[in-house]
This record gives sequence, structure tokens and C-alpha cells, in this order.
Amino acid sequence: MATNNSQDRQNKLVNPQHNPTVATLLSIIPGLGQAYNKRFLKGAALFILFAAFVIAMMEFISSGLQGLVTLGDIPREDDSRVFLSNGILSLIFTAFFLSFYILNLQDAYKDAKRIQLGWKVPNIREGFRNAWDTGFPYLLVGPGLFLLIFVVVFPLLFMVFLAFTNYNLYNAPPRNLLEWVGFQNFYDLFTINEWRNTFINVLSWTLIWTFVATTLQIALAMFLAILVNDPRVRFKKLIRTVFILPWAVPAFVTIIIFSAMFNDNFGAINLQIIEPLFNTRIPWLQDPLWTRVALITIQVWLGFPFVYALFTGVLQGISSDWYEAADIDGANRWQKFRNITFPHLMFATAPLLIMQYSFNFNNFNIIYLFNQGGPAVRGQTAGGSDILISWIYGLTFENQQFNMAAAISIILGLLVATFAFFQFRRSRSFKEEGTF
Amino acid sequence: MSTTTEKKPMSKKKKNILEMTAIYTIIGIMFVIILYPLLWAVGVSLNPGTGLYGAKIIPENWSLVHYEWLFFDARSNYLVWYRNTLFVAISVSFLATFFVGITAYAFSRYRFKGRKYGLYAFLLLQMFPILMAMVALYILLNTVNLLDSLIGLIIIYIGGAIPMNAFLVKGYFDTLPRELDESAKIDGAGHFRIFFQILLPLAKPILAVVALFNFMAPFMDFILPRIVLRSPENFTLALGLFNMVNDQFANTFTRFAAGSILIAVPIALVFLYLQKYLISGLASGATKG
Repeated sequence: MATNNSQDRQNKLVNPQHNPTVATLLSIIPGLGQAYNKRFLKGAALFILFAAFVIAMMEFISSGLQGLVTLGDIPREDDSRVFLSNGILSLIFTAFFLSFYILNLQDAYKDAKRIQLGWKVPNIREGFRNAWDTGFPYLLVGPGLFLLIFVVVFPLLFMVFLAFTNYNLYNAPPRNLLEWVGFQNFYDLFTINEWRNTFINVLSWTLIWTFVATTLQIALAMFLAILVNDPRVRFKKLIRTVFILPWAVPAFVTIIIFSAMFNDNFGAINLQIIEPLFNTRIPWLQDPLWTRVALITIQVWLGFPFVYALFTGVLQGISSDWYEAADIDGANRWQKFRNITFPHLMFATAPLLIMQYSFNFNNFNIIYLFNQGGPAVRGQTAGGSDILISWIYGLTFENQQFNMAAAISIILGLLVATFAFFQFRRSRSFKEEGTF
Repeated sequence: MSTTTEKKPMSKKKKNILEMTAIYTIIGIMFVIILYPLLWAVGVSLNPGTGLYGAKIIPENWSLVHYEWLFFDARSNYLVWYRNTLFVAISVSFLATFFVGITAYAFSRYRFKGRKYGLYAFLLLQMFPILMAMVALYILLNTVNLLDSLIGLIIIYIGGAIPMNAFLVKGYFDTLPRELDESAKIDGAGHFRIFFQILLPLAKPILAVVALFNFMAPFMDFILPRIVLRSPENFTLALGLFNMVNDQFANTFTRFAAGSILIAVPIALVFLYLQKYLISGLASGATKG
């Protein structure tokens, strides 16, 4: 009964004549609704801010959005790229404007509602204090967000837009104007034989590469970690230090060293290992298959130390009770591995292992530094060992096929995003978010 | 592990010795596979000739001529590259840690509108390599005249570092008890004081990891510099060395080897010295973040 009473009191309108809807409607001109709520200073500040924004940016935004549609009118004078980037900037500003506008409406409505329920409007000092408290996190996030938008979001958007234009070597600003071509680039990618074959070849190698290289990396790391974790093995610290070395040395240095060692004519692998043993030379850099084999070998060399370090940490943490209990039950080593060690390792490191897969999926460095995606393959723009990301690089900087590069980037992005989506659902931090 | 399938029952001691020999043999083979390429690079850098062809892992008459060339020859830009890289690395390390710190603090300690979307955006953006936007970055930097400038490079590095690292640090902040800042608030401490005097000192370990990662990245990355930088006096070490071998692979390889050993050794030493923190930092970021 008592709770019912207090609820009644809470719902009783102290100021029934103060109408939230009116406040919201008045706020269509920002600041007026706040003035109606008798928060004059806040209203004035909002009004001035919005007015300043509109006056300063209206011109830029409207011409920017217009430019985004036309991409310039006068050939040789209008640079379509500038139109495109101004257009995207205008879109970003508009998005900001709209979200603040909606916040303004919500604010007016909320305050009015609270006044209706008998809330006293705070005086100026308290108002400032509240504004400082609620505004503080935005102040913190602001600079980082600003950088993020201009360095990451803006270029990504630019790339997305490029995929729908005809920007290539023969049609390049400022000489020519760009035009919107809709989904033509994607259509070409899947219908023109040359593009389609290349795309399928590169995509299948990318998937094989990601799966084989990463899985071998993890398998080797697991094998070695379990081996070294044996209590009878001594000099653990030394072993660990040497095993981590490939991770510690900058990768670009070791990859170039490897590409010298795998050199067909005077590399150490051919001269000192293959030739004395088999009396032949393997065309590591000339034959796509051997290049791929070499790449996977090198990636395993480069990538296993990180996983090894992780696994070693986990192994040391597994309680020996598990193994003692298994011994009592008469389990053999394989059973112990399958039922105790393996699940422990996987449970603790799964997110990081998945990250290894996504890292290799976009592992540009090794592909490019080892053989620049080569050897060249007749009739296609990608080399025999190119993965998607290095193919995009080649299309951009060697063939200047910006439109196709952007289109393939989008497909790559969709693949990554699908993958990311499943990552999200597993990510613990989102499940725990609600518990605060 | 295959000893369980042995037919003849062996004495425990004999089995033990056999197993240990097998384990040490495997470890020994791994040692050779790991150390050979690295020692080969050291050996090659000590060869007097510049070519790859005559280069041997144990040179007959070794010399430091390539190291001398890098430092003292008028045609060598090595010291300039070193200075550029240090400038980029220090700026990025300092600024990125600062931005990441305050962003992570906001996301960990405040509940504000758009927070959830922000977290989603960070998670999503850290999946996209910045390389994917290179088409746009190249054209863009070209239009705003930041091509071939170290400042442009620094800005891109910082922006790219935020999503991944902010998540890592946010995860760490989340583990610090909230009672700390609440009691400080009751004592009258403001937002900035709570951050600088209470949380920042506690978050030192993870911030050190972030600073270190961002310091080392410019030493190892050659692709962004390659897109952004044009003239040799603006190169960073990685890009300069890459171009050195890329121009005429076999002819300057020994020189390249010398140059890369001079960056690989300090980085590897720092890395090995701090490995524990790096691994635990990464592991906690992945499971908690």
C-alpha cells in the first residue's frame, strides 16, 4: 500500500499546464523549447550554437551535397576528387547536425516532463555544473573521435564512393570528370572473364592461405608448447627466448632476408640445401606453387612464437589435479591431451587465435615483400601469390584501376564485417556490459 | 608421444632417456631453423662485397665496411632516416597514448549517449586494416598536400591506433574498482583530478604497453610510409631499407643486412626484455576487452 501511495505522488502532475509536446515543438527552432522550460541561458546558448553552425556551414554543405551528385561540370577545371571529398565531409557534418538536433528535441521534452512532475529548474550555477558533468565524457572522446573520423572513417567512406565511379588510368581527374556508374564495377568484376577468373583465383588462394598458414602456425606452437612444458625439460627460459625471437625481430627484415635465401639462382636454400641433397634447384620465385609453399613455410616461422608464448602461459596455469585424476582413471597421454590440455588451451585463447586468422587474411607484408605477389600470371592483373589485399594494392599503385580496387575493397570489407559480426557475438565484453 | 604403442615393454629409465633425447632433438632442430636465417643475415652483413652472390654466412675476410658506409658515406641517408623514424615514433607513441587514454577513460567510466554505438564502431573499425582505405588515403593526402610529409604520416598512425588500443585500455580500466573514483568524488575531486591522480597511475602497465607498441610500429611498418612519403630525405628506416633492396635486390643486399641488423637488435632486445608484459597485456585485452 505504501509503495502505491508514493507512486501516486510521483505521477501527480505538479504543473499540469506545462506541456512537453509544446516544448518539443518549440524546439524545432533550437533553444525556444528550453526557453519555454525557463532555462533561458541554456536556450540562448543552444540557439547561438545552432545559428552559428547553420550560417557558417549551410553554404558548404549545400554545395558539397550538390557536388556529390554532379561530381563537377567543367572538364579540366573541376576536380571530381575534391567534389567527392567535400561531398563526404558535408555528409558527415549533416549527420552531426541531425544527431545534435534530435538531442536538442529530446532535451526540451525531458526537461518539460520533469517540470510537469514538479522538478525545480536549477539555478545558473547548478546548470553549469550539470552541463559540465554530462558534457565531460564528450570532451574526452571528442579529440579521438575527430581523428578517427578523418583518418579512418572518412577514407573508408571515400573508398566506398569510389567503387561506384569510373576512376581509372584512362579517366583520371583533374584531366577528366568522374561519373557515377552505379554497380557497373561490381557487374564487370563478375561478368568480364578476365576479372572474374582473377577474382576467383585470388579469393580461393586467400582462403587457402589464411586457413593453412594459420592452422599450421597454431599446430606447431601447440606441439612445441606441450613438448617444452614437460617437467623434465631444462633450460626453459633459454628455449623460450629463442622460440620468441622470430616474433621479436621486425617482420619486414626477416621476410626480405628469407626472400634472399629463397632466391632461385643464388639463395642459400637452393645452393646449400636443395642442390647438394637432390641435385636440382627449386624455382621458388618463378613457380606459383613453390612460391606459395615458401610463403606458408615462412609465415609459420614468423607466426608460431606468439601463439607459443600464449600457450605456454596457459599450460602453466592448468592445475595438476586434472592430470592426477586422469592418471587414477588410467587415461593415456592422448586422452589426457584431448580431454584436458586441448580444451584448456582453446578456451583461454580462442579470441586471440581467431584474430590470428583475420591477421593472416590481410597479411599484406609477407606477400608483398617476399615476391611482390608474383610470379606474374598471364592474362590477369594479380600475380600467382597475390591475396586480396595485395591485389588491391597492385591495382591502386601499379595499374591505377582505382574504381576496381575500391570495388574489391568493399567485397573484402563485407567478408571482414561478416567475420567481425560473429566475433561480436562471442565477445565477452558485450555480454558483460549490462552487469555494471 | 608414440611410446605408448611400443610392443616391447621397456624399463622406465630407458624409456625416459629415449623420450628426452627425442624432445631435445626436436628443440635442437627448431633452434637451427630459427637461428639460421638470423645468423645468416649477420654473416652476410660482414661480407666485404656488396653483392648477394659471393656472400657467405662465415665470410673469409670479414669487415665492417657496410656499417661504416651507412654512417659516414655522403650518399647514405641512414642517419636522416633514423632521425625521422625516432621523430615519428616518439610523437606517435606520446600522442596516441594520450588520446587512447582519455578515450578509454570516458568509455570505461561514464555512461553517455552514443556510448554503445561508439564501442561497436571501435570493434568494427579495428577489424578493418587501414591499408584497405589506401586508395582513398593516397588520393586524399594528395588533394590536401600532406603527401610526402612526416606530419601526415604521424596523423594517420595516431588515428589508426585509436580503435584497437582504446579497447585494450578500456578493458583494463574496467578491472579497476569503481569505488576508488567514487570515494574520491565524495572527497570533492573533479573529473580531471580523478583521472590524472587516481586512475592514470594505476593504469601505467597497460599504458606502457600501448606506448611501446606505438613506438615500435614506425620502425617496422613500411607500407604506410611508402604510400605517404616520396623524397628520400623524408623516409623512415623501414621504407629506406626496403627501397635499398627493392631498387637493385642482389647488389645492395649486404648493405641492407647491415642496416636492418642495426634496427633489429635494439627492437628485439626491448621486446625480449618486456615480453612478459606484452603477452599478458595482449591476453588480458583479448579476454576482457
